[in-house]
Amino acid sequence: MYDKTVRRRRAVLGLLVACSLILLTAYFGESAGSPLHSVQRGFLEVVSPIQDGASRALKPVRDLFGWFGDTMDAKDERDELREQLEEARAEAIANAAAAREVQELQKLLGLDRALGLDEMSPVSARVITRSPTLWYSQVTINKGSSDGLAVDQPAINGDGLVGTVTSVSGSSAIVTLITDHTSGVSAKVAETGVEGIVQPAVGKPDDLLLEFIRRGDRIEKGQKVITAGSRSSRYESLFPPGIPVGQVTKVDDTELDVYQRVHVRPFAQLRRLDVVQVLTAPHGGAT
Amino acid sequence: MSGSVSAALVVRVAALALAATLLEIVAVSQISVFGVSADLTPLMVMSIGLLIGSVGGAVTGFSVGLFLDLALVQTLGVNSLIFTLVGYGAGRLRELRDPQGAIVPVAAGAAATAIATIGYSLVQFLLGVDAPVSLLLFREIVTTVVINTVIALPVFAVARRWLQPVMPDDPRRRRRRAYTTGGLSPLSRA
Repeated sequence: MYDKTVRRRRAVLGLLVACSLILLTAYFGESAGSPLHSVQRGFLEVVSPIQDGASRALKPVRDLFGWFGDTMDAKDERDELREQLEEARAEAIANAAAAREVQELQKLLGLDRALGLDEMSPVSARVITRSPTLWYSQVTINKGSSDGLAVDQPAINGDGLVGTVTSVSGSSAIVTLITDHTSGVSAKVAETGVEGIVQPAVGKPDDLLLEFIRRGDRIEKGQKVITAGSRSSRYESLFPPGIPVGQVTKVDDTELDVYQRVHVRPFAQLRRLDVVQVLTAPHGGAT
Repeated sequence: MSGSVSAALVVRVAALALAATLLEIVAVSQISVFGVSADLTPLMVMSIGLLIGSVGGAVTGFSVGLFLDLALVQTLGVNSLIFTLVGYGAGRLRELRDPQGAIVPVAAGAAATAIATIGYSLVQFLLGVDAPVSLLLFREIVTTVVINTVIALPVFAVARRWLQPVMPDDPRRRRRRAYTTGGLSPLSRA
């Protein structure tokens, strides 16, 4: 009886581990249109209404905990904002032309981009789930192909660039955030026009890296990074130009490296996404 | 799972695992504490394994992991592999040691979370994700483990309360019965 129990226990464990490994191997070697991926999309199609309903029902709970979290963070944020305010005041006093420059910068950053957005056929969507792991920076939204969404369309929110649509079902879609390790965004520094590729520092959700910036190019803390919108054969940009990406927080410039390592803090609070807009015609209809 | 498995137990375990997984992906994962989110899933798999044994724990872990991989459009098999091991390990702890202390779910919860997060990272590295082993990543893993350790006891309590009515041989009740009915106490045998 004991031997039978032990054998059964080991058999179940072996079977489950084998199933997991078979799934992992098969899935990893497959293309995006393969059977396992189709099953996954079908499953997403089925569960996304349930997730949507549960997400709506639990929003008050999230908000409540979010309020506690916000309160805990309030002191640090206040100090940080005070420092920023002092810096902003000093800048404003030091340079009278800064106001005009800021206006131009605002236009460049697309803060007044309502007209531009209309041309890009934005579709607003609610975030219904997000990946709980540190590795997969993805969210599920409650709009899908029936709303005009397709793979590779950019997603933004009120603060700036969020990511791209990487998987679509009828009523939901997966948005891979710019902090995901697979992400790469052609971008430039708004003030200088220096171009590079924004890539994530994996495991650091508040830190992006503007790569391939030559050591001679002068980048300073506080400068804004926006999408370049460039179209080259190797790095074809999926994003329209001028979407705010983030702000330069630090520049690592070691003599041994050919390129500078520019750290960028994303404008969009990617851990607190609630509503995003997907630009279904990011190049004004000429997708 | 020791003894016969009742349909009621299977239904309750499935409902509990489904509810915990949904709660995790639609709510808990979006609540940030010290820059990270709590992860209910390894705690729930650990709790179920600790309550119903290794076979039930492993099956629950596999199912929860597969659900997560499917619902979050992640690489299939990664979470199911890790949670199978977490559930099986918790079940074996119960079967071999039959631990009774209140600290057990806390320690097991910390271990389950550590195995889940570190195991996930290792599998990602093995699959070729190009990522630096940053200090921040390590800090986030540690913070997640600490937060999960704090909530492990209430999660275990909820799981036990939900499953207790249909469990054939709850360890606590069994031990209490043994000592109060006489003849089975170690003292009386000595």
